[in-house]
Amino acid sequence: MNKRFLVFLSSRKSWTLPYIIFSAIFVVIPLFLIVVYAFTDDNGHLTLANFQKFFEHPEAINTFVYSIGIAIITTLVCLLLGYPAAWILSNSKLNRSKTMVVLFILPMWVNILVRTLATVALFDFFSIPLGEGALIFGMVYNFVPFMIYPIYNTLQKMDHSYIEAAQDLGANPLQVFLKAVLPLSMPGVMSGIMMVFMPTISTFAIAELLTMNNIKLFGTTIQENINNSMWNYGAALSLIMLLLIAATSLFSTDDKDNSNEGGGLW
Amino acid sequence: MQEDKSIIEVSHVSKYFGEKTALDDVTLNVKKGEFVTILGPSGCGKTTLLRLIAGFQTASEGEIRISGKEITQTPPHKRPVNTVFQKYALFPHLNVYDNIAFGLKLKKTPKQTIGKKVKAALKMVGMTDYEYRDVDSLSGGQQQRVAIARAIVNEPEVLLLDEPLAALDLKMRKDMQMELKEMHKSLGITFVYVTHDQEEALTLSDTIVVMSEGKIQQIGTPIDIYNEPINSFVADFIGESNILNGKMIHDKLVRFCGTEFECVDEGFGENVPVDVVIRPEDLYIFPVSDMAQLTGVVQTSIFKGVHYEMTVLCGGYEFLVQDYHHFEVGAEVGLLVKPFDIHIMKKERICNTFEGKLLDATHVEFLGCSFECAPVEGMEPDTNVKVEVDFDKVILQDNEEDGTLTGEVKFILYKGDHYHLTVFSDWDENVFVDTNDVWDDGDRVGITIPPDAIRVIKITD
Repeated sequence: MNKRFLVFLSSRKSWTLPYIIFSAIFVVIPLFLIVVYAFTDDNGHLTLANFQKFFEHPEAINTFVYSIGIAIITTLVCLLLGYPAAWILSNSKLNRSKTMVVLFILPMWVNILVRTLATVALFDFFSIPLGEGALIFGMVYNFVPFMIYPIYNTLQKMDHSYIEAAQDLGANPLQVFLKAVLPLSMPGVMSGIMMVFMPTISTFAIAELLTMNNIKLFGTTIQENINNSMWNYGAALSLIMLLLIAATSLFSTDDKDNSNEGGGLW
Repeated sequence: MQEDKSIIEVSHVSKYFGEKTALDDVTLNVKKGEFVTILGPSGCGKTTLLRLIAGFQTASEGEIRISGKEITQTPPHKRPVNTVFQKYALFPHLNVYDNIAFGLKLKKTPKQTIGKKVKAALKMVGMTDYEYRDVDSLSGGQQQRVAIARAIVNEPEVLLLDEPLAALDLKMRKDMQMELKEMHKSLGITFVYVTHDQEEALTLSDTIVVMSEGKIQQIGTPIDIYNEPINSFVADFIGESNILNGKMIHDKLVRFCGTEFECVDEGFGENVPVDVVIRPEDLYIFPVSDMAQLTGVVQTSIFKGVHYEMTVLCGGYEFLVQDYHHFEVGAEVGLLVKPFDIHIMKKERICNTFEGKLLDATHVEFLGCSFECAPVEGMEPDTNVKVEVDFDKVILQDNEEDGTLTGEVKFILYKGDHYHLTVFSDWDENVFVDTNDVWDDGDRVGITIPPDAIRVIKITD
């Protein structure tokens, strides 16, 4: 056997081997296959027809834009609800116990589909019609903890002396928030946005359940195509979505503070 | 006469955090333009006092006035003071310029004026051309300069500094001390400076406020504080000193270390126990001769750069001596001290005194425990009594369980031939102990008091 490989096996680095194999099988190869499928036709010939089809199909583009719209609305609502919640949770004067934090995070313990089915049942019980409103409600309900937690984390870790420094320099409570707390919590806000925006844009199960299959999201389109054995077109759509997500995450890591004060959930 | 010139008036201020007393009836007046240093060991309440003046915390009792205005409950953004924080607290999302301009922008100062003022402040702290640097890219010393610039650019009436140099290395600290002093002179505003470093306090201040356990121990000029410490805590905390038990025979004559010395203090009465303080540099050391007031043997000798630091054992008492001349370990030497270099302090207490209750003829309750005592006659059980215990009769034990109650060693004072310890008991009362054993600050100990050491005294109305 190769001598260098033996050295590798005996070193601590060899512990990474299972993970390398895992990510190769479940991450790298599937991604590679998506790219390959996206640029080929049924017979395996290189082509751009899949993308052409997407751009010529107003219905597909409409679904795509609509999905982005829903994702943006969900993210915004989550931000508007989540920031004050995170602020209250992190404020030692308003909240002295960790129990409240757990209560806010608690929905994350329950499977997302179970929660969504429960939401559907609840809407049925109060005879509220399912549809766009229900969809946004369900998405916000599912994803708001992902917004609260990173923001709560950054707010809680924030050195109290920044707030005192702002007060000391003449800032009233509103100015303290706008000029010190809010900008300093941006890393948490950014990672909260990522955590909510990324999964909502590709969601399909929640949309199906909460709209009785009446509203189609981009995730649903992809799923339908693949279910109907349109592998190449489905792969092309997936690739477009991946590029969009990659673009948003690149945009958010532009923030220089994101690296040092980890506000992330993971 | 001084009243009209006082810029900060703190009167009878107390601050409690739950059960804990951080400040206990503090009264302090700061004159306009003064450089005042609040000095004390950690946990003495000095930072709390500063935070009350800045407005980050509010006083539980008492009143604070700045320039004659009552501001005890005023929020920090409405007070005419600015603070330099220990950890700088520069906003990481803003560059140097925006950090300094923060306060001015809030006041809606015109842009051009802001530019000029920021430039002037940066020049003041020696940081010209750093406007557009990221604050994270600056060194500790540079960050501190920016923090000072951010505070003084608002032209506050009072600048509060909370251990601003604590995080800097020695050389940098010395440079910054000089610069702060220069700044104070050229700005002409009042500086209130908090530190635990006595040398820094002596170097910088016009007035030093020595604090301990939430109380002001002494207020005075650096020279006063150094030469005329009011009690053994101040004497021990400021500079190095020999503190000994002595007895004032009569005015201008004191006896310690088995010898009588002439001194300049009077008014203590006759045959009164006192504390004697002699600074190490005030002891003259020379080969034994007729001049010697004390003779002893050199125990240790360490070269300290400018001088030698020696310990000399004279009749069971250890003296710390600093002198340019070197004497070998083991050498027999004579010591001499001039009358005005002997400083006499009234003893705060000559024995432990507790309030207690007699349980029965041989048991008394104090410090939250029942102690056995020598039989007491002529008093009914359940009477309230005063209990006295001599310092050297209290026994400390390594093993907490062996003691009747437990406590923590808080303050250690070397008295030449023994240690005088302050033990903070779990009953929240101090027990003072004289011992030859070596204990460390923060040691947990068991406290035992033998029956014959307890003196039960009837309280007479």
